[in-house]
Amino acid sequence: MQNLWLIPALPFIGFLINGIFGRKLPKVAINAIAVLSVVLSFGLVVGVGLSSDWGTNPVHQHYFTWIKSGAFEVGWDFAVDKLTMIMLMIVTGIGSLIHIYATGYMAHEEGYYRFFAYLNLFMFFMLNLVLAANYLILFVGWEGVGLCSYLLIGFYFVKKSATTAGNKAFIVNRIGDFGFSLAMFLIVVSFGTLDFAKVFEAAPGKSVEVLTAIAMLMLLGATGKSAQIPLYVWLPDAMEGPTPVSALIHAATMVTAGVYMCSRSAAIFTHAPAAMELVAIIGLLTAVFAATIGMTQYDIKKVFAYSTVSQLGYMFLGVGVGAFSAGVWHLMTHAFFKALLFLGAGSVIHACHGEQDMRHMGGLRKYAPWTMGTLACASLAIAGFPFTSGFFSKDAILGAAFAHAPWMFWVGVITAGMTAFYVWRAFWMTFWGEYKGHGHPHESPWSMLGPLVVLAFLSIAGGFLFNVPKILESMFPIKEVEGEMTLTAISVTFGLLGIGISYYMYVVNTELPGKIANSLGGFYRLVYDKYRVDEAYDTAVVQPLVEGSTTVLWHGVDQGVIDGIVNGVGHQSKGIGGVLRRIQSGNIRSYATWVAVGAVALLIALGLGGGVR
Amino acid sequence: MDLFFFSLFAFIALICAVNVVLQKHPISSALSLVGVMASLAVLYLLLGAEFVAMSQVIVYAGAVMVLFVFVIMLLNAGIEVHHGRSWMAKLLGFPAFLAILGLLCFFVQRGFPNVGSVRFGDWEGGGAQQVGYALFTEYLLPFEVTSVLILIAIIGAIVLARKELD
Amino acid sequence: MDPLEMMKNGVPETFYLTLSAMLFAIGVAGFMIRRNIITVFMCIELMLNAVNLSFITFAHQHKQVSGHLFAFFVMVVAAAEAAVGLAIILTVFKNRSTLNIDEINTLKN
Repeated sequence: MQNLWLIPALPFIGFLINGIFGRKLPKVAINAIAVLSVVLSFGLVVGVGLSSDWGTNPVHQHYFTWIKSGAFEVGWDFAVDKLTMIMLMIVTGIGSLIHIYATGYMAHEEGYYRFFAYLNLFMFFMLNLVLAANYLILFVGWEGVGLCSYLLIGFYFVKKSATTAGNKAFIVNRIGDFGFSLAMFLIVVSFGTLDFAKVFEAAPGKSVEVLTAIAMLMLLGATGKSAQIPLYVWLPDAMEGPTPVSALIHAATMVTAGVYMCSRSAAIFTHAPAAMELVAIIGLLTAVFAATIGMTQYDIKKVFAYSTVSQLGYMFLGVGVGAFSAGVWHLMTHAFFKALLFLGAGSVIHACHGEQDMRHMGGLRKYAPWTMGTLACASLAIAGFPFTSGFFSKDAILGAAFAHAPWMFWVGVITAGMTAFYVWRAFWMTFWGEYKGHGHPHESPWSMLGPLVVLAFLSIAGGFLFNVPKILESMFPIKEVEGEMTLTAISVTFGLLGIGISYYMYVVNTELPGKIANSLGGFYRLVYDKYRVDEAYDTAVVQPLVEGSTTVLWHGVDQGVIDGIVNGVGHQSKGIGGVLRRIQSGNIRSYATWVAVGAVALLIALGLGGGVR
Repeated sequence: MDLFFFSLFAFIALICAVNVVLQKHPISSALSLVGVMASLAVLYLLLGAEFVAMSQVIVYAGAVMVLFVFVIMLLNAGIEVHHGRSWMAKLLGFPAFLAILGLLCFFVQRGFPNVGSVRFGDWEGGGAQQVGYALFTEYLLPFEVTSVLILIAIIGAIVLARKELD
Repeated sequence: MDPLEMMKNGVPETFYLTLSAMLFAIGVAGFMIRRNIITVFMCIELMLNAVNLSFITFAHQHKQVSGHLFAFFVMVVAAAEAAVGLAIILTVFKNRSTLNIDEINTLKN
């Protein structure tokens, strides 16, 4: 039971075996190793849960001291409490399902073993992140999942767009990581330690300015990892990676690392109100922003990508208004239904032989009924249909938002309506009407459908099964919200409205979307172009950097100064040598003269040096 | 008296030395050099170095300079003509000369303020007996080595100057 | 003791040393100015003689005979050097038919 290290170690062993020997192993072996390592990890997690009463009795394990410098010490520590248990179950559980799904989805892909090796490596790092008992180990996991994200986004490395997207993800994440590193430095300076327990114990005693600074820097890191404004731009491009990657990393686990980190650091955030406010506003803004973009996109994966950004915004909203457990609850339910949405999209893409544009789909309910059914469950959950898992978690957040500031509630509710709209728009476009594509769509194999069914069940029933605020009550006390029933009714209404409008626009009156788009003209195009944020970043940040690097650093410093110095030294030596060469004139008399001059110089030197007394 | 002899022969030495430098024909320079050596020999005598003075006259003035004269005769060296140039010598030569002269005199003045004076006959330590004694006891090794040196010089001179065998 | 006082007792040794310095300087000048090889060689001999005078003077100052022996060895070496040097000059003359030192410049560049 006490071997917490086994939990990440098993996927790591899977990575090593598949990475080193995978080329020669048969597919069955690769499958077995990859899937088993994660499933066994899940089993271990369950075992830890049972033995520690699901985190009520915290477990802390110290493995070795990594850094010891004076009074500052950091060890490789793992700890399990209730929050960790929730995260562990999500990561290993959904991870296992996606691994099983991937065996079916990637069956015909090149580099099969490489994919599973990377996926296992990702699991290793993510589990490190979640199990960490101090900020440094968390950062190790943080960076590691960023690396795996880069590797997996650029998995189809022969495609330039994929490698570019991988680069973009890594670089944008790096900016966030910079903020996180600064936060860690500040913590070391203020607290003298990176250990969670010690930091949170001492947090109330520090000044608000310091805590706000730390929290804001952590927020910067979280916006990078969890794709919030301003560092969200990598997530839509990350859809270049295979769909299981999008499901696992960019829906269920990696992007939630930011929310997890903020929840874990609740002690710091609660004492820095300004930072919390900023978190909430950024979350809300991102939610609205991404939802509007999601309403216009035609690529099914892009719709869900923007949906992820938007839902992450909800989680940050929850954290920002102080409802940490609500944020974590939404994290969990979002993991269920978003993973399901992505896997289902993958199933759809698989059915249409690689087609991702929804305008070339339609009428798939005849060909892929199981996919349709599971995706319907997910869409209901995300729209907040009453009593689905999404309904509970979203209402918890919106209620807390209302208690904090009513305007946030209203914006959030409108966004909920937009969420319902775009998800069901995607659903109707994909499954209703007539099939507009080429070829013969077909249902996916059971290796893919199995996990879909499991996730569908969790999306519907997850809210009842796991009442996260109740679970985390000891860590984050539950606050009662007045008028909760009214608020719930309002948000449900907006959700149903969204479903209804989308049904009307995409099933009943299919001309309407085109007419609305035309009448909105320029504004529609702006939203369709994702508000041209990427272009803005390019002009404002990327181009100047590249220009500056080329002219200043490359031509100026490298070629001019450094090469100039090095070449210049050679040049000068040549010049001086050229001058000195004139002494060797071949004329004996001039040699004689130089001898005499040298003798004079020696005499003077001796005289000055007191050689003559 | 010592002062008179010293001044006389020092003056002769200087004149002859300047003559060595300024004469156009090598043979005149050679004869002037003989004059320098002779006056130096007298000065050695004044300093009590009998043996060295004699060997100066016999070896230096008598053998080495004769050798010089023979070579001048052999080579039919004529009056020096002004061909070739070395601007370096012209530019730096005169200052260097002045500098050496000035510096040496300065150091001599500075370095030996309290020396004694030289009177003819005030020291008997330079006679043949003393020199011979030191030569065969303390300086035996250089003496023997010098003999080897002379041997090498002889061989070198013969090899370099002989006629090519056709 | 100032020189005038000393001159009543004899010649101060510094005079000999100054004479030696002057002879040496003249030798250096000639060495740099003259164009005929043999004359240059003679200026070298002049320098050696100046140094001999210095040695003898110092020997008188310290009342030791070692200075005489130094001078003696200088003489011997000068003789050997003169022999070999003149032989070289002969060879050079045979090859180049000139005694002008400026034209013996094959080391140039």
